[in-house]
Amino acid sequence: MAGILSVTDPDRLGKTDRVDAWWVEPLLTVLGLTAFIVYSTWAAFQGDHYRFGPYLSPFYSPNIKEWFGWNLDFSFAFSILWVPAGFRATCYYYRKAYYRSYFMDPPGCAVGEPHGRSYLGETEFPFILQNLHRCFFYLAAIVLAFLWYDAYEAFFFKDAATGPATFGMGVGTIVLLVNVVTLTGFSFGCNSLRHLIGGKLDCFTCGATARIRHKLWGGVSLLNLRHTEWAWVSLFAVGFADLYVRLCSMGIWHDIRIF
Amino acid sequence: MAEVRKFKVYRGDKNGGQLTEYNVQVEPGMVVLDGIHQIQRTQAADLACRWNCKAAKCGSCSAEVNGKPRLLCKTRLDDFDPAEIITVRPVKTFPLIRDLVCDVSWNFEVNKKIPPLTPKKTADWVMHQEDMDRVQEFRKCIECFLCQNVCHVLRNHDLKDRFYGPRFMVRIACLEMHPMDGLDRTKLLKDEAGLGFCNITKCCTEVCPEEIHITDNAIIPLKERVADRHYDPLRAFWRKIMGADHPCTCADGG
Amino acid sequence: MSAESKYETHEYDVLVIGAGGAGLRAAIEASAMGARTALVCKSLLGKAHTVMAEGGIAAAMANVDPQDGWETHFKDTMRGGVFVNNWRMAQLHAQQAPDRVRELERWGAVFDRTHDGKILQRAFGGHTYRRLVHVGDRTGLEMIRTLQEKGVHQGIDVFMECAVTRLLKDGDRIAGAFAYWRETGRYVIFKSKAVVLCTGGIGKAYKITSNSWEYTGDGQALAYHAGAELLDMEFLQFHPTGMVWPPGVSGLLVTESVRGDGGQLRNNKGERFMFKHIPDRYKPQISETEAEANQWIAEIRAGKQPTARKPAELLPRDIVARGIYMEVKEGRGSPHGGVFLDISHMPAEYVKKKLPSMYHQFKDLADVDITREPMEVGPTTHYIMGGIRVNPDTQESAVPGLFAAGEAAGGLHGANRLGGNSLSDLLVFGKLAGEHAAQHAKTAGPPKVDDAQADGAAREMNEFFTRADGENPYQIHAELQDMMQSLVGIFRVEDELRKSLEKLATLKNRAARVCIKEGNKMFNPGWHLCKDLQNMILIAEAVARAAQFRKESRGAHSRLDHPGFNPEFAKVNTVAFKGRDGAMQLEGRPLPEMPAELKQLIETEKNHKERHG
Repeated sequence: MAGILSVTDPDRLGKTDRVDAWWVEPLLTVLGLTAFIVYSTWAAFQGDHYRFGPYLSPFYSPNIKEWFGWNLDFSFAFSILWVPAGFRATCYYYRKAYYRSYFMDPPGCAVGEPHGRSYLGETEFPFILQNLHRCFFYLAAIVLAFLWYDAYEAFFFKDAATGPATFGMGVGTIVLLVNVVTLTGFSFGCNSLRHLIGGKLDCFTCGATARIRHKLWGGVSLLNLRHTEWAWVSLFAVGFADLYVRLCSMGIWHDIRIF
Repeated sequence: MAEVRKFKVYRGDKNGGQLTEYNVQVEPGMVVLDGIHQIQRTQAADLACRWNCKAAKCGSCSAEVNGKPRLLCKTRLDDFDPAEIITVRPVKTFPLIRDLVCDVSWNFEVNKKIPPLTPKKTADWVMHQEDMDRVQEFRKCIECFLCQNVCHVLRNHDLKDRFYGPRFMVRIACLEMHPMDGLDRTKLLKDEAGLGFCNITKCCTEVCPEEIHITDNAIIPLKERVADRHYDPLRAFWRKIMGADHPCTCADGG
Repeated sequence: MSAESKYETHEYDVLVIGAGGAGLRAAIEASAMGARTALVCKSLLGKAHTVMAEGGIAAAMANVDPQDGWETHFKDTMRGGVFVNNWRMAQLHAQQAPDRVRELERWGAVFDRTHDGKILQRAFGGHTYRRLVHVGDRTGLEMIRTLQEKGVHQGIDVFMECAVTRLLKDGDRIAGAFAYWRETGRYVIFKSKAVVLCTGGIGKAYKITSNSWEYTGDGQALAYHAGAELLDMEFLQFHPTGMVWPPGVSGLLVTESVRGDGGQLRNNKGERFMFKHIPDRYKPQISETEAEANQWIAEIRAGKQPTARKPAELLPRDIVARGIYMEVKEGRGSPHGGVFLDISHMPAEYVKKKLPSMYHQFKDLADVDITREPMEVGPTTHYIMGGIRVNPDTQESAVPGLFAAGEAAGGLHGANRLGGNSLSDLLVFGKLAGEHAAQHAKTAGPPKVDDAQADGAAREMNEFFTRADGENPYQIHAELQDMMQSLVGIFRVEDELRKSLEKLATLKNRAARVCIKEGNKMFNPGWHLCKDLQNMILIAEAVARAAQFRKESRGAHSRLDHPGFNPEFAKVNTVAFKGRDGAMQLEGRPLPEMPAELKQLIETEKNHKERHG
């Protein structure tokens, strides 16, 4: 039956009988993602203003420059950012989002796209690489550990006179905490993790480990149900965390110390 | 009392056709299929339309209402704006036979190619509800083929020769995750079934009248199973040094 | 030119007509026995009415209530059918149902489970123990999908959207069938040594029905014309709970599981009225107070062995349907002419888990959230207990080579069918029919198709187009439905039955001249209805005549002018057949003699004071 469609006229992009505003969702997706990509690229190029007091911008974590005392003449953010970028780019939710809104493949459900049997989906390079999503998950989990460490550090304020650190909390602490919580919600709702942790089992009740993995699978499944929401909230949170640290560091915003 | 609703129904066959206007007397709680039946009874006895249960349980009355793939028996008139014309067209992805009826036989051909449940030698048929829950979601499928209709791989790219479509991914998932099944269908998935053609844009899930999470619970887990076997570099390395080729669907994940 | 060269012709050992549970099961069995098997159905494969079955498959597997066994299932079936069932069918059914269920599981069916991993069973009306194997409230879908998968992979040839209009005969024996493709309107001949009719029921002859367009009595009519007998056609089941509002879905089934899982029936005064209608023969197992009924539900939910008796809502369907009818008639009904069925006292999560499709059905179609408010329900035409008379062991009809199974066949259910016995009927007798049809085909020689019969069948279908003037079939169909609903409904009286027969005679004449002016033979539902209409009218006549004959009230057959049992009629089945003059004949036929040991079973049943279940 290949090559036979019930409607003989070729599809035009956007051709549809739908009467609702199907184009709103892809439009908002393009605006949201583009804004984030532009901002994060710009921020990563700066190589400066990523630290303020105990706060470290998530774009620059782990702070390898400080650790190793390297004098890098490029912004080291790029040596880190490929991990979360790769994690998000290969994420099943984001794939849906950008295939629809950037590639228009399809732009919406039951909405036309240029007709062609040359479509390859994820069967060939480059999109076959999407199958490496789990590898990005492993790496992103490591980065996530550093972000938790950063959030922890953000509770300890050093006195100006390099005295002992005191426990405290500022607005920035909350910003970093929210950031890492949403990133965790996003990362641990990952479809690959859901598979690896238990989904791959054919029997959830065959043996004690299987039962435990079934429980874990249930937990990941719960997060996964809202993976889209976690994806957007965490994207906003991580961008905002960098912005917050940056503006404080530049002296434009002033961090308020809560206690 | 006698409110009238304007319907436009596609009338025609493979040689062409057009939208024909009908007026339908509206009753409370009416669905689009009621309107079609009224048209058959009073205005066009030969209007072709499939239906059976009229309760969203058999999946016969699939069509496109105002451009959206729907079951006619589940689409209520009061879901639409009172002034909106109800336009009913046949599903687009399959060859038209007449009016609202399309030739969906391709789907039945695909189904034949999927190896059925093949019990393990050790199958004792003691199965627990935790395992049933996952499979039973897939068994809810009523084969309305709306997912097949809306899937752009079939609908726009016409790759019926290379991709089985979401309905049959659900079918395969159901077999692969059956605790007593002993067959591994990952190779079939990767090659003949064309799982890679799915770019998980989720329209199948959006139109499913049974609210099966087709993409998240069937297709993505299958993609991950295929990744286990074919695309995971760590696993490939592990297999190389262990010198063993564990199938990924054996009892404890391999 | 011979018929075989004039029409598309296929030759098979066994031809199964109808692809519901019984048809699929028959085809699977026939093909497993090596017969070349064809399966013909009016709809697409997997859409048959079996998908609408919700509650479950009755099989005495004793997974939940260990006391259960085939003997109890047999007794329940006989008692539910008020003892005019074919005892042998009831016995085979009760004995073989568990194996048929297990086999289904091996083929891929995934039923709900008990805590220890066995198949779960639920309570249902008229069953002493929890017996219904189920998947939420979509058991029929599970069954048909399983059989469908098994069938296609076994190599059955399926002819979808192909409607049989006539059985072809070679002398006394069956020779095949004449059909048309719905898609193209082209005619096709199936030459076959054996034919199995699994065409379901006749609900579309009624206005308020749970049945789909396919239920037009095709199998019964085909068999009748071929010379087979129709048994007990007066026993037509009105399911007590169909939707009554909105109008478009009136009649749509509300599963008995709602009551099995704790649903209560109330009138507009808030009374649980079914406690007023408990017949003496059910007193041993039905609660007489609300408190006891509630205790039963609490025990069931807690997964305990119930010590209380079952709620009165779980009486057999005929009793509940009449109870509801009386409440409405006496002015205690709900706003849209039904009564209230309420499960909102149970936790919302429980309701959604146990009754997912009911939840969606009411939410989507009636704006009613059943977890929070009551449903409105009333009786709906659901199932015909009567049907083609068959040999209980082989399912062969009076015509050699013609078999029948499922709803199309009669005998198993007597005067009233218990919920859940239908799906098990399909499996048990579908298998037997397929087996014996294949057996028959092994010994039968090749049949010869009579050209005149085929041409006559083609002419009949062509005439609907060629007639110059005639009525629209939809109009006559609507009149038939109205008439049957009001004159041959839940309660019947001589006067109305006589009137219905007069009316049927005129409808028959009008239907003989029906014609279709629009469209051509390509997928033309108006044309299809022309033929279906004649089947419905014929079967309606059998129902009305049998109802007139049986001058007593028994099971689903209630005569206002003859309330109560009549010992004379307790001894007979009604049999309708085509007389020599072509007119329908009707007679009482003595019930087959039951062996002593089974008789004893039923006698102990009558005397034994069972405390619970």
